[in-house]
Amino acid sequence: MLDLDSLTPDQYRARYNQLQERARARAQAAPPAAAPPVIAPSSIISTASLPPEAYITLKLRRGEALHIETQAATTGASLMLWNADDPTERYNPGDTVKLQWTTRLTTGRVLFSDMGRILASIIADSGAGHDPILGPSTPTTGPHGGTARNGRDNLRNAAAKFGLNRRDLGPSLTLFAALRVDPHGRMNLAPAAPPGSFITLRAELNLLLALSNTPHPLAAAANTGPLALTRFTAPPPAADDLCRSFSEEAQRGFANTDAWFR
Amino acid sequence: MITPTNALLDQHVPARAAFSTILEPGQTLRIIDLESQQAVDALFYNADDHGERYSAQDTLLAQARAGGRYDLTTGAVLLSNEARPMATIIDDTCGFHDTCAGACSCESNTVRFGFETKFMHACRENFLTEIARYGMDKRDLVSNVNFFMNVPIRPDGELTVDDGVSTPGGYVELRAEMRLLVVLSNCPQVNNPCNGFNPTPIRCIVWAA
Repeated sequence: MLDLDSLTPDQYRARYNQLQERARARAQAAPPAAAPPVIAPSSIISTASLPPEAYITLKLRRGEALHIETQAATTGASLMLWNADDPTERYNPGDTVKLQWTTRLTTGRVLFSDMGRILASIIADSGAGHDPILGPSTPTTGPHGGTARNGRDNLRNAAAKFGLNRRDLGPSLTLFAALRVDPHGRMNLAPAAPPGSFITLRAELNLLLALSNTPHPLAAAANTGPLALTRFTAPPPAADDLCRSFSEEAQRGFANTDAWFR
Repeated sequence: MITPTNALLDQHVPARAAFSTILEPGQTLRIIDLESQQAVDALFYNADDHGERYSAQDTLLAQARAGGRYDLTTGAVLLSNEARPMATIIDDTCGFHDTCAGACSCESNTVRFGFETKFMHACRENFLTEIARYGMDKRDLVSNVNFFMNVPIRPDGELTVDDGVSTPGGYVELRAEMRLLVVLSNCPQVNNPCNGFNPTPIRCIVWAA
């Protein structure tokens, strides 16, 4: 084992550069196909339709999955995840983007907690884009400028249904909202995701999940249609499971995650 | 003229150490990167209501709505989870401070740099120790500001920690907009370039309004 406290700055730099080169090579590999998941009818646990402005709370057991699909043009949906077995562990956007060297979250990528573990894997995604940077609409932002129910308060109420409060709400993830950074560093939101956009999340820990059908705070228009939700038992990960093998960082994250259940 | 001689507080913070202080509204805090390329991780809480704390997402949302960038510099207003101003960056010799990449932890280090880094010191260890003094715990840790930390987000979505651009003696200065608990971790990370692979001391100076 390395005596890490005795390496020289040049040696630490060499280690970092190697990690960065491998991450860049991985990012340049062909993106996975944007195919919807195959959901066997017998695997479906429950379905729900989440109207615009509404939120829902769900518990997902490890190995279950949630397929979320837009029924109309959608300009965002706010998502928050906690470890059901210890809700002090929750979605951490900083680690999610830093550990995967990217802000582009799509099929093959994972959502990290603050504990070096993986809360959920993105096992399918239509490619609409998801924003880990800017968060939910708030009482004064969003297309209605505060006259409609907003993502922040919906997530707070959802947290309350689990016995949690605003202390338990760090930054959240906004689904179906592609935030792009231009060469000058300015942030712009892509047009609304079309009907039929989807993301499928596989729970890797036992999860508390909050989902709000409220638009991204930069969106010009409100959401007009429901989100179709399908909770199902995911097929057991194969040896070559995409998310479990996508990057060396993901492999180490899954090692930490699997150890939670041993 | 503001000089250290009329400071309310003038604190040398050793490499890898934590520091916290409470600012009254209008007081200013200057954080000096004494030797250059030293990341300083920062959290902010309403000193009278810790449930109100810094929100990186609210802060960047306000910048995005104004056509601004994803990083922080002079003029940036740090907003709380109630979208209220907590502090304003009133001076900055560096020009780029990150608030997207979060703080290093022992646990995330295992993922990012390998299991052999598990027991190296990390910012979230500093944060936990320091916020415990104010009755807070891990639930109260949120995405933070990384002063002097260079984390470009490129148009293709790539996010990396690059070499710092702060120079010796460079500083950033904040004005408190509420009674403000400031918690700092002088980052101990040696596995990425945020500290030039060599953590160094900083100096914190507080002046009256």
